[in-house]
Amino acid sequence: MNNKDLLNLIDITVSFEGFLALNKLNLNLKKGELRAVIGPNGAGKTTFLDVITGKVKPTNGEVIFKGKSLVGRKEHKIARLGVGRKFQSPRIFENLTVKENLEISVTTPKSPLNLINKSIKDEQLHEIDRLMKIVNLAKKVNSKAGSLSHGQKQWLEIAMLVGQKPDLMLVDEPVAGLTDEETDLTADLLKSLSGENTVVVIDHDMEFIRRLDSNVSVLNQGTVLCEGTMETIQKDKKVIDVYLGRPED
Amino acid sequence: MSLSKIKFDKKIVLSFWIILIALIIAAPTLLPVFRLNLLGRYLSLSIVALGVDLIWGFTGLLSLGQGIFFALGGYCAAMYLQITSSSEFPNNIPEFFALYGVEKLPFFWEPFRSPVFTFFAIWIIPALVAGLIGFLVFRNRIKGVYFSILTQASLLVFFNFFNGQQKLINGTNGLKTDVTQLFGQMVGSESMQRLFFWITAFLVIAAWFFAKWVVKGRFGNILIGIRDDEPRVRFTGYNPVIFKTIIFSIAGGLAGISGALYTVQSGIVSPQFMTVPFSIEMVIWVAVGGRGTLLGAILGAVFINYAKSLVSEALPASWMFIQGGLFILVVTALPEGVLGWIQGDGPRNLLQKFGLRRKIETYPSLEVNNKEGNNE
Repeated sequence: MNNKDLLNLIDITVSFEGFLALNKLNLNLKKGELRAVIGPNGAGKTTFLDVITGKVKPTNGEVIFKGKSLVGRKEHKIARLGVGRKFQSPRIFENLTVKENLEISVTTPKSPLNLINKSIKDEQLHEIDRLMKIVNLAKKVNSKAGSLSHGQKQWLEIAMLVGQKPDLMLVDEPVAGLTDEETDLTADLLKSLSGENTVVVIDHDMEFIRRLDSNVSVLNQGTVLCEGTMETIQKDKKVIDVYLGRPED
Repeated sequence: MSLSKIKFDKKIVLSFWIILIALIIAAPTLLPVFRLNLLGRYLSLSIVALGVDLIWGFTGLLSLGQGIFFALGGYCAAMYLQITSSSEFPNNIPEFFALYGVEKLPFFWEPFRSPVFTFFAIWIIPALVAGLIGFLVFRNRIKGVYFSILTQASLLVFFNFFNGQQKLINGTNGLKTDVTQLFGQMVGSESMQRLFFWITAFLVIAAWFFAKWVVKGRFGNILIGIRDDEPRVRFTGYNPVIFKTIIFSIAGGLAGISGALYTVQSGIVSPQFMTVPFSIEMVIWVAVGGRGTLLGAILGAVFINYAKSLVSEALPASWMFIQGGLFILVVTALPEGVLGWIQGDGPRNLLQKFGLRRKIETYPSLEVNNKEGNNE
C-alpha cells in the first residue's frame, strides 16, 4: 500500500451462507490506471464490484479508497465519494429521455432541495452536450432512452458514468452485445478515459481486453490468480489451466 | 418522441382542463344544492388521488393506507369546528364529552381553538405522520408488496385506535360538523356548502399545479428513476430514502387537505374514513384515470364517485360489481388507465383494428419519423 494507490482491497472475503464468493482477495489500483479484470463464470467478478460499491458488505477485510474505508458506507455515499459503476446489462432510465438520463448523472449536489429549487447549471448543460457528442447520441437528445438500440444504451450508460465525474470507474462487461465496430470504439473510449480517471473493466471478451492494452488481473474462485500484462498472463500456467486453456468458453 | 406527439398530448390535457373548468363554473347554477354538494365532495377526493398518483404513479410506492392521512386532516378540521361551537354546552366543551362523563377538555384539543393553528394542522400533521412512517419504512428498504402490506396494517392500527377512543374523540361515532358554526353560519347550510364548493374547486386546481411543479424537471425524473430502477439511482449518488420520504409526506399533506374538505362537505368525520376498502378505492380511481398523468387522478376520482352515486340510486347493490369490473378492465385492457390510453397509442391502434387507419409497418425508430408525415 502506498499513497499513489487510489484503491486497496485487503483480504476481502465474502461468504454467502458458507459459499465463499470472494476469498482473501487482494488488489491495488494506482491513480490513472486502466485495469482489466477477467475470470471464468463464478470467479467473483461481479461480487468484487458489489463490495467496492457497497452493495455487498464483506464478511472480512478492508476496502480503502482515497485513504478512507468504504466498508459499511451506504451506496449513495460511496458514489458521492467518487466511485461510479456501469452495470452488466445496460441500466438506464428507459422512461426518461437521453438528456434527462444525463442530467441525473451530471447534477451536483444531489440533494432534493437543489433539484427542486434550482434549474440545471450552464456548465452542466455544456457537459451534457459534450457527452452526447462523444457517444454519438446528439441526435437522440429528446428520444426516450428505452427506444435506443442495445449499443446506444450501453454507450448512454457509459456517458452517464463519465458525467458523474468519478475518480474510479467500474465498468462491467461494456461490450456485451455490441458489434465489432462498436467494441473497438468502446475500447478506445475507455483508454482515453484512463490517465485522468482510474478505470476497471470487467469482461470475457479476450480481443477486447487485448485491445485495451492494460494490466490484467485474473480472478478465479474468489481470489486473484495472476496479475500482469496480457502477454504475461497468457503464458502463465495456472491461468491456462483454469481459463484460457479451455477449448471454448 | 416526436414533436407532434408532444403537442398532441398537450391538446388533450388542455381540452380536458377546459371541460373540467367549464363544468366547475357551470355547476353551481345548473346543479341543485344536493348534487353540487356531492360534486364538491368528489372534487375534494381528487386531491387525495393526486397524492396517490405522486407516490404510486410516479414513484412506484403503492400505499394502501392513505386513509390515515385523509382522516387526520378531517379530524383536525372537525375538532376546530366542534371546539369553537361549544359555548352553549356544559363546561364549554363539545357536547359528546358529556355522554362519557368527561368534564375537562383533553389537552390535545386546546390548540384547535386557534383557526391559524388548525389551518396549518390540517396539512402539516398528516404530512408529518406520513413523513415519519415513510422514513422508518424506507430506511429499512421495505418496498413493493411489503410496503403495501405495511401501509394497510398501519391503517388498521389507526382505525382500531380511533374507534376505541370515545373519551377523546367520540370513538366510532366520529365528530359531526354540519351543526357547527363557521364565520357565524351553520357549516351544513346551503350558502356555506356553496362556499366550500368554490374553495374545493380552487384547491383542486392549486393542488394540480403544485403536483405538476413537483414532478417537472429533475426532481420528478428522480422519482421516476426510483420507480423504474432504485438501485441505479443509489449508485448514481442519490439517496432514495430522502426522496421517497419527501414525496410520501407531500401525498400525506394532500390527503389531509382532501380529508378536511370532504369532512366539512359530508358533515361528519369518523373512523369510517380509515376503512380498508376506502383506501383501496383511492388507488382504483388513479388506476382507472391513468397512473402518472395527474389529471387522470382527478378525473378518475370525480367520475368514478359520481358514477357510484348515480348507479347506487338507480340500482342499489350493483355498484360493487361495476367497480370490480372497472378495475379488472383497467388491469387487463388499459394498464395505463383511460387518460394514459388516450395519450398513448390507444386511439390510433383502435382505429387501425377497424381498418380506419393505415398500419405503420416499421420498427419503432422509423415509426417516429414516419409519424411526422402521416399525422395531421
